[in-house]
Amino acid sequence: MNNNLKNKVLKYKSSIGLLILCIVISLITPRFLTIPNIKNVFTQVSVNAVIAIGMSFVILTGGIDLSVGSILAVSGAVAASIIKSTGNVYLAIIVALAIGSLVGLINGILISKGRIQAFIVTLATMTIFRGVTYVYTNGTPISGLSGSFSAIGNKTVLGLPIPVVFTIIVFGLAYYVLSQTRYGRYLYALGGNEDSARLSGINTVKIKTLVYVICGAAAALSGIIVTSRIGSASPNAGVGFELDAISAVVLGGTSLSGGEGSIVGTIIGALIIGVLNNGLNLVNVSPFYQAIIKGLVILLAVIVEKKNK
Amino acid sequence: MKKGVKLLSLTLSTILIIGILAGCNSQKPPKDEKKIGMVVSTLNNPFFVSMKEGAEKRAKELGYEVIVLDSQNDASKERANVEDLVQLGITALVINPTDSDAVVNSIKVANDNNIKVITIDRKANGGEVACHVASDNIKGGEMAAKFILQKLNGKGNLVELQGIPGASATRDRGKGFHNIVDKKEGVKVVASQAADFDRQKGLNVTQNVIQATPKFDAVFAHNDEMALGAIEAIKAENKDTIIVGFDGNTDAKTAIQRGEMDATVAQKPDLMGGVAVENAIKIGKGETVQKEIPVELQIYTK
Repeated sequence: MNNNLKNKVLKYKSSIGLLILCIVISLITPRFLTIPNIKNVFTQVSVNAVIAIGMSFVILTGGIDLSVGSILAVSGAVAASIIKSTGNVYLAIIVALAIGSLVGLINGILISKGRIQAFIVTLATMTIFRGVTYVYTNGTPISGLSGSFSAIGNKTVLGLPIPVVFTIIVFGLAYYVLSQTRYGRYLYALGGNEDSARLSGINTVKIKTLVYVICGAAAALSGIIVTSRIGSASPNAGVGFELDAISAVVLGGTSLSGGEGSIVGTIIGALIIGVLNNGLNLVNVSPFYQAIIKGLVILLAVIVEKKNK
Repeated sequence: MKKGVKLLSLTLSTILIIGILAGCNSQKPPKDEKKIGMVVSTLNNPFFVSMKEGAEKRAKELGYEVIVLDSQNDASKERANVEDLVQLGITALVINPTDSDAVVNSIKVANDNNIKVITIDRKANGGEVACHVASDNIKGGEMAAKFILQKLNGKGNLVELQGIPGASATRDRGKGFHNIVDKKEGVKVVASQAADFDRQKGLNVTQNVIQATPKFDAVFAHNDEMALGAIEAIKAENKDTIIVGFDGNTDAKTAIQRGEMDATVAQKPDLMGGVAVENAIKIGKGETVQKEIPVELQIYTK
């Protein structure tokens, strides 16, 4: 392999990995590459993809947000209760997003102004927000949601499932912010070297706070999708989702130490996880082995990433 | 970054094009007569593992294939599993819900694809369900309470370890238990705490109960996992307490043989799995089946 080709392969390893995965699965089962199944995979992926996009902002600054699953649960529960009491879908969405942003803001302020490690802050708020969800829902799911709300998770627009449309919009916004705005450039600068970013006059506190707000809002949007898809807001919704989101970001080649990576990679990472979940189901791999395979894929990605450097 | 977007769209369109070239149609997937789907709430619990094994065994005997997927107690994973099974062209779906409410939309996915649904162990609060296979949990709770009262000669302080709050098994087993012990002279439930059907939590909660109310004579746990946790806590305190669990899993039976535990209301998860598969096959053939199929319970003692 000549050097040029080798570099290209390494650069696009996530996409190549995804393609190989798709080819292997479609060789094993003819049920994988069918239009309904592809729609299926995209819809399933969208829940994680939306959170992972938010998570990318956080990880690009060198932070982490473990509380996304709990934010998802609390905003899903609030959305569900608004639907139940008023039936107003727009109000439910707006309030849920506001709550997600607000709790994200709490995370952000504690991390940037309070100068506490993101891991610790969000570990604590993960438990707190989960507890808030238990209190708010009294431990029982909120169900019996009206028809128009259930459209979000179950209907299509121009042949695309609505969760996928949401994901595309969020992706577009995130891509624009990161590549075209000053905020995006500052964010990369901060992730690369926080001290030098601050010394060169960048308001690092503001940038850092804002990434957690973005992440919280993304988690809330995902909460709306999940709640609509399931038709009920469960107090246990989203447990462990932070790990899937972090995996997607890492699989997409974003460095956990910040400053390096892209939102495109994150989408590919989320697709790898989604295709893997779907494929392992279709191929009928025992659930006991599925966990091992998923872990190995993540390890493999990290090893390739490391070799690349 | 620009290249990245190009690449992403390239990857996605390649996948789609391959899909179209592969001659796939946008019709509903063809059904496979001999394929049954089964979605289990979690396989991180021996009870559901034997349910799975019972289903697989019975299916094999009858010449059918059953594909079992694990929802890991996550309702959105559950829905994804059902969607994936629909793609596999199953004729019937046996589902053990993670949550009676959250499962409804997953069942509707199957309904929309003309797949008959059978719930097992936990009920669904909606969707079209052809039949429900389960133990009679209220009766089981009553059986446990009667056993405890008989052992204590009708008097004593009792502790109840509850399952996941709001789960139907928690409600029903608790209801059966309280049907017998409530308002009985000389009998008092000194603590009712949730330990979420989890062994570790069963241990912690029992330890906490011991701290709060050291004097009690019996523990009724809504499942064996919590009872096994309670054993550890009680062992450490050297207390002589009657412990009764629910489910009849292997660890509990071993503990009963060793004399660490007194009884378990044994469910027969393997039989439940088998019965569910049998009925799924019957329904697939167009036969009618009972709406509710109770599976027997048995008090298991040394």
